[in-house]
Amino acid sequence: MAYKFSAKTEDKFQWLLTRYPKKDAVLLPLLHLVQEEVGYLSPEALSYVGSRLELSPARIREVASFYSMFKMNPKGKYVLQVCQTLSCYLAGSESVIAKIKEMLGIKEGETTADGMFSLERVECLASCSTAPVMQINNWEYHETLTAEKTKTIVDELRSGKCAMPYYAERVESGGVA
Amino acid sequence: MTQKMTAPHPLENRIVLQGFELPKSWTLKVFEAECGGYVAAKKASKMEPDAITNLVKESGLRGLGGAGFPTGTKWSFIPKNPTKPIYLVVNADEGEPGTFKDRQIMEHLPHRLIDGMICAAMAIRSKTAYIYIRGELRLARERVEAAVEEAYKAGYLGKDIFGSGRDLDITVHPGAGAYICGEETGLIESLEGDRGQPRLKPPFPAVSGAFGGPTIVNNVETLSQVPGILNNGAEWFLKLGGGTLRTAGTHVASVSGDVQRPGFYEIPVGMKLSKLLNEVCGGPLPGRKFKACYPGGSSSPLLKADEFEIAMDFDSLGAAGTMMGSGAVIVLDDRRSIPDMAMRTAKFYAHESCGQCVPCREGTRWVHTLLKRLCMGQGTTKDIAKIIDACSNMQGRTICVLADACAMPIESMLKKFRSEFEAITKNEDQVEHTLPQVSGQSAGLLNLIRTRQQERGQK
Ligand SMILES: Cc1cc2nc3c(=O)[nH]c(=O)nc-3n(C[C@H](O)[C@H](O)[C@H](O)COP(=O)(O)O)c2cc1C
Ligand code: SF4
Ligand code: FES
Repeated sequence: MAYKFSAKTEDKFQWLLTRYPKKDAVLLPLLHLVQEEVGYLSPEALSYVGSRLELSPARIREVASFYSMFKMNPKGKYVLQVCQTLSCYLAGSESVIAKIKEMLGIKEGETTADGMFSLERVECLASCSTAPVMQINNWEYHETLTAEKTKTIVDELRSGKCAMPYYAERVESGGVA
Repeated sequence: MTQKMTAPHPLENRIVLQGFELPKSWTLKVFEAECGGYVAAKKASKMEPDAITNLVKESGLRGLGGAGFPTGTKWSFIPKNPTKPIYLVVNADEGEPGTFKDRQIMEHLPHRLIDGMICAAMAIRSKTAYIYIRGELRLARERVEAAVEEAYKAGYLGKDIFGSGRDLDITVHPGAGAYICGEETGLIESLEGDRGQPRLKPPFPAVSGAFGGPTIVNNVETLSQVPGILNNGAEWFLKLGGGTLRTAGTHVASVSGDVQRPGFYEIPVGMKLSKLLNEVCGGPLPGRKFKACYPGGSSSPLLKADEFEIAMDFDSLGAAGTMMGSGAVIVLDDRRSIPDMAMRTAKFYAHESCGQCVPCREGTRWVHTLLKRLCMGQGTTKDIAKIIDACSNMQGRTICVLADACAMPIESMLKKFRSEFEAITKNEDQVEHTLPQVSGQSAGLLNLIRTRQQERGQK
């Protein structure tokens, strides 16, 4: 299926082009928009972005692959991003990661078979005083976690009861992108 | 979400964080009504650019992004009649482990940053500014974007701002997950749509930076300090801190790790580290003792607990062989194993090296591998020597200072806590035996140290 920007992304793309003296500079913000629309940077999406920016898909892939937030493969509905850096480590991030692995039967970088969850280790999320922390879908922070709290969050997400009210509100109002 | 509307600690002096605890502090309405909003920008739009720069120079304001470079001096490096447009770029890529102040400023007081940006743009004669915000900081980005929009609507941005005949456009630019984009030339590469690999200097950004134009990169907190200086004068700012050009003002300390009350606190530059940790942060956890801390982010060499009687300013910390860095204090108590922290520190830098310099790419990985081996109980005393060697070979030989940022704290740990590393080496001529598994938590390592000590009949 050929990919094309949605009307909203097209608008933003046109606006972005007016904000920089050089076309290439819109690449990062644009890839964020596309990833939010498609869920990941599919080969079709990358080719399309390339054609709009007059850049080769290889070039775009080279840039995108430098950044940990850009995903070349589909991810779960909920991506659990646990901070593994110093302050979170001191406060027990490894037990949070262990709990998630135990509950979901996946390792870092993997997605559950039902497509619900992915697990990622990430670096310092700038919330070190409330360590250990986890972000879900690059959005909601869950702080001062314990294995017990982690279990509640995963259970709630699994049962459809949203552990991320703020995020849900955004999706509802179309304001996530 | 993470919105702690905490009132300031009595030892705090909130200048950049003034108004932080007000409901809806991030809106233009509250910022103008209760935070002296845009008074400084208005004033700056009518001042001579050099007068602004001189005022900031006289205030002693120093960069709060890590290097402590005098802000006014940096601005004065912009050439007077450049052929290309001048850019102001805000470094909002906050990623130094332990640091969380810029996120707080952006989420709660985005208009103060914009207020400061207008002053800076007037000083350097820039008409185009970007705010490069770390991709992961989603709420911060939304709040800053909303604030920029409000400022445009109010006529504070765009054409002929405040009727001064001067223009300024601000665009928020999201990063996408790479610590190295916090380095100013890496940030510029990333802003231009490329991989965030730092550039060789010179040329320095002030001469040729973003899109080839003269560029000033400043940290969020640095710029958020500027409105106060414009409103109250250089003398006032000097006196907020130690009263000298090198110790002026306040700074927001991010404290995390093993203390009673971790958090962010705006304190006078020059406050004693012991005062910050014991009085402001409530001291060690019950039954624990401080062991050491990183005083300025994960890149700063450690201070031992008996070195905590030190003034938190750039020069004092520098003289003690460490640095103020981003003002992030990560505290370790007597439960923690230093080799374990060294290993985790190396792991971070090995992961974040952009890979273009061999000493950094290979050195960070090698140091991490050796430390991992030590922490698994498989290392030897020769490995300790190899780590020291690798650390010294990594410094001063690369395009940016990420390699140094990895080597310096690890070197300090080896110097100040050598016996902890030696305690977990295996005796070379000893037959190999099964070793206790390291659980990933420091406790496991301390057990290993105890086992080793028992084997050797040491205390
Ligand atoms: C590896 C590395 C990472 C850095 N990360 C940041 C950062 O996240 N935020 C920041 O403001 N400065 C960071 N810096 C410092 C910047 O290069 C630069 O000195 C700073 O943005 C200048 O602003 P200032 O003068 O206002 O401090 C980093 C430097 C290095 C070498
Ligand atoms: S020192 Fe490391 S991070 Fe810096 S440019 Fe070289 S390889 Fe990249
Ligand atoms: S170390 Fe986890 S948020 Fe900073």
